[in-house]
Amino acid sequence: MDLKNISKPVAVIGAGNFGIAIANILSEKCKYVLLYARTEKKAKKLRELRKHDYQQLADNIEITTDLSIIGAECDVIFPIVPSANFREMMQNLAPFLKPSHILIHGTKGFDFDIEKKIKPKLLMPRGQIFTMSEVIRQESSVIRIGCISGPNLSKEIALLKPAASVIASEFDEVIQVGYKYLKSDRFLVFGSNDLIGTELCGILKNIIAVGAGTIDGMDLGENAKALFISRGLVEMVEIGKLMGGNAEPFLGLAGIGDLMATCSGNLSRNYSVGRRLAQGEKIDDIVSSTHEIAEGIKTIKIIYEWSKISKLRVPITETLYKIIHDEITVQNAHIFLMKFPFRTEIEFLRKEVNGQDA
Amino acid sequence: MSNSGPIYKDILKRKNDWPIVNLSQNKNEFLRQVAQSAFDGIIERSGEKTIRELLETTIYREKQRIINNPWRVDPKDELAFWKYIQTKHLNCDERADGEQERQKILLEIIDRYCKEIVGNFNKSSYRFAKSFTTFGFARLLNATRVKGFKSIISRQLDLHDQIHVVGHPEQLRKLAQIGTVVLVPTHFSNLDSILIGWVIQFLGLPPFIYGAGLNLFNIKILAYFMNSLGAYKLDRRKKNPIYLETLKVYSNMALQWGCHSLFFPGGTRSRSGQIESSLKLGLLSTTIEAQRALIQKNSDDSKPIFIVPVVINYQFTLEAPLLINEHLKITGQERYFKESDAYSNSKKITSFLFKFFTKGSDISVSIGRGLDVLGNYVNDEGKSIDQNGNEINIKDYFVKDGNINIDKQREHTYVQILSKRIVEEYYKNNRVYSSHLVAYTAFKMLERSKPKLDLYNLLRLSVDDLEIDYEAFKSNFKKLRKVILKIHAEGNVGVNPRLQKKAEDAISYGLANVGMYHAKPPLVKIKDKIVILNPSTLYYYHNRLEGYGLEKHI
Repeated sequence: MDLKNISKPVAVIGAGNFGIAIANILSEKCKYVLLYARTEKKAKKLRELRKHDYQQLADNIEITTDLSIIGAECDVIFPIVPSANFREMMQNLAPFLKPSHILIHGTKGFDFDIEKKIKPKLLMPRGQIFTMSEVIRQESSVIRIGCISGPNLSKEIALLKPAASVIASEFDEVIQVGYKYLKSDRFLVFGSNDLIGTELCGILKNIIAVGAGTIDGMDLGENAKALFISRGLVEMVEIGKLMGGNAEPFLGLAGIGDLMATCSGNLSRNYSVGRRLAQGEKIDDIVSSTHEIAEGIKTIKIIYEWSKISKLRVPITETLYKIIHDEITVQNAHIFLMKFPFRTEIEFLRKEVNGQDA
Repeated sequence: MSNSGPIYKDILKRKNDWPIVNLSQNKNEFLRQVAQSAFDGIIERSGEKTIRELLETTIYREKQRIINNPWRVDPKDELAFWKYIQTKHLNCDERADGEQERQKILLEIIDRYCKEIVGNFNKSSYRFAKSFTTFGFARLLNATRVKGFKSIISRQLDLHDQIHVVGHPEQLRKLAQIGTVVLVPTHFSNLDSILIGWVIQFLGLPPFIYGAGLNLFNIKILAYFMNSLGAYKLDRRKKNPIYLETLKVYSNMALQWGCHSLFFPGGTRSRSGQIESSLKLGLLSTTIEAQRALIQKNSDDSKPIFIVPVVINYQFTLEAPLLINEHLKITGQERYFKESDAYSNSKKITSFLFKFFTKGSDISVSIGRGLDVLGNYVNDEGKSIDQNGNEINIKDYFVKDGNINIDKQREHTYVQILSKRIVEEYYKNNRVYSSHLVAYTAFKMLERSKPKLDLYNLLRLSVDDLEIDYEAFKSNFKKLRKVILKIHAEGNVGVNPRLQKKAEDAISYGLANVGMYHAKPPLVKIKDKIVILNPSTLYYYHNRLEGYGLEKHI
């Protein structure tokens, strides 16, 4: 039986590991998948080898460097490019987009130029720190936007191991598109209407992934890592709530689920960065030696700056920031965190319970 | 002659071309369409069991309402009608064709609601009412101004003296010729409907239809104007789904018939004095549904629907003391309360109007830029424009897989987006008067001087605590004015030119105008002190500038 029952082409923008993993999943349900590569050089290489790193490209994936074709041919587009290039990509794509397009992005980072000062702006809890769905809204006329977030390590997906993801969108029809295009026997899809909350899960978990890497790098053991991850989750929720999300998605697949996957082994870039930091490498060397961007480093810097304005205490992010900036050694950082006066264990739930009682 | 400003010619010369005339001439056909569509909508959304429940609860609630909260405008046969419906409904259970009977009953109820809602527009009484608003207002004006006989004829100019129409009136006129316009003004006072009615005819637009609270029809003088100015009746006591659906379909259908409409999306008057920050989505959603229906019918030739936000800027609100008291009573929880009847007799309103025109106080009506039903700006040709200045085809918002489809959840999300956009436009089009700023400055200074008191205790302070040093006041006023002018320069708020005068003058103009008609003015200057005479109304006027982040600067 031919499962490829979607005849209209679908596009993935961004030929990184996760982009290709998604393109491969899509290729099981769609007759044609267009995969956009930014440079002609990369496109040529992909066309010739039909392979990227450890991933083979499915036969029905076509490589393109032309965004206008994507806009004209595809109703559904999955942009999966690093957060630092996302806005520029959207600006290039926007002229070819209409409000009838559906965009589901898979980028787990913020849009923010860390060199800029954060101004607390009217009605915006996050200053000028935007999520990718907001960038799509700002740069194009597309309104039906979703994100894909969850424990999706590309290497495991490439090996056809079972996995699942959350498609979040304010629009039910976007979630339906997610089911239709992605769901298969080895890939489950869950829906959520909390777009911002789900995006924040994916972004903030990278901070904790870097931290978990340092714990393993110093070989502090499983107890310490469990302690760190659970405290990290609390910090994520507190940041997330203040940034305009709800606590719920953090407790699901996009939150705890993703956290467990990225904090448990070398398959995550962010985790590897932390591990190498703990083993004494310098951040600049680590960054220059990896060919794909670890979003966690940028996120740590952004949240650290933001916390100063929002007056939220973020001991884990703050410590990681200091490690990255050489203000403190990894060893001292852990001593500091062990001494930090955490009062209650999970305050974010407690507050809600109290709120209901009152 | 004083400041004359432009005189706008009617955009449609022949009255028979007015959509509202078309609608009233074909009233029966229109109502038939409304009833049918409302009926279909309710049936579609309910199974067999729920129609019965729906009828039961509606009958029960209507009977309760008739007993507990009767109004003068209610039809005399109301109780009899609902008793008759109840009996008929009870009989359904014994009949084999009970379900069809229930549907008939449902249609009967919808029919009755339609007839209750429908406006009584009439060309000739519109002309009379129109000339009365203009001429009557002008007569009041001229009674106190010695301008000779000629000035009685040039009445519009004088009214224009008092009421400034600012913003984008020219674009509004253009849009009204291209598509169907929905005006969405802020709502502070019962006079808003009359004022907007005046603005509409002043700008040469054909009459708009609008839903006016049925309670206003209790007041004879208002009822007369509203009936003839195209109002249909909206009864806030009726919260049953049948009524609400009928009302929504009525508005939706009128838009599809091309009738320009007026909604107060805030629902009721702003109790706190603050600009509406959350809007009622029910009526707003009809703009999106109607736009989609038009596109489905006519594809690319469909008439667009435009949303035009309007901010009415008063320096006083007649009902302020009453509104703020209600607000304080219900703060924090939305409890049911009866619409109060104060200021509801014609004499009081006339005497107020007289005061208003003789004493003089600026009112400005800011006409915002036109929006499409998704909140995108439209250009003068009525085309939707995205952030980058590119044209958008509104049809694409309703397209999925290449076809236009109906998706209730999608449209519900669209309404929320539209509502947010309208609120943003309100804040942009709001005009800051020096009276708003003196109220804001004084109240914030009072608040800061007693950091431990909550709002309620603050409002109950004794007279001795209600004095502010004038110099300190002035310096804070200047500081805040600077911030407002900065926001203004960014295009995010309007300002009255007098705000920019020398601080002393701006303050004294502000003090003279803040709540000037109240028996007890909120704020006065006595020697080198600013004295708060009425903290509650001061709080009310201060609220007007909430939401701009000014509190960080004082």
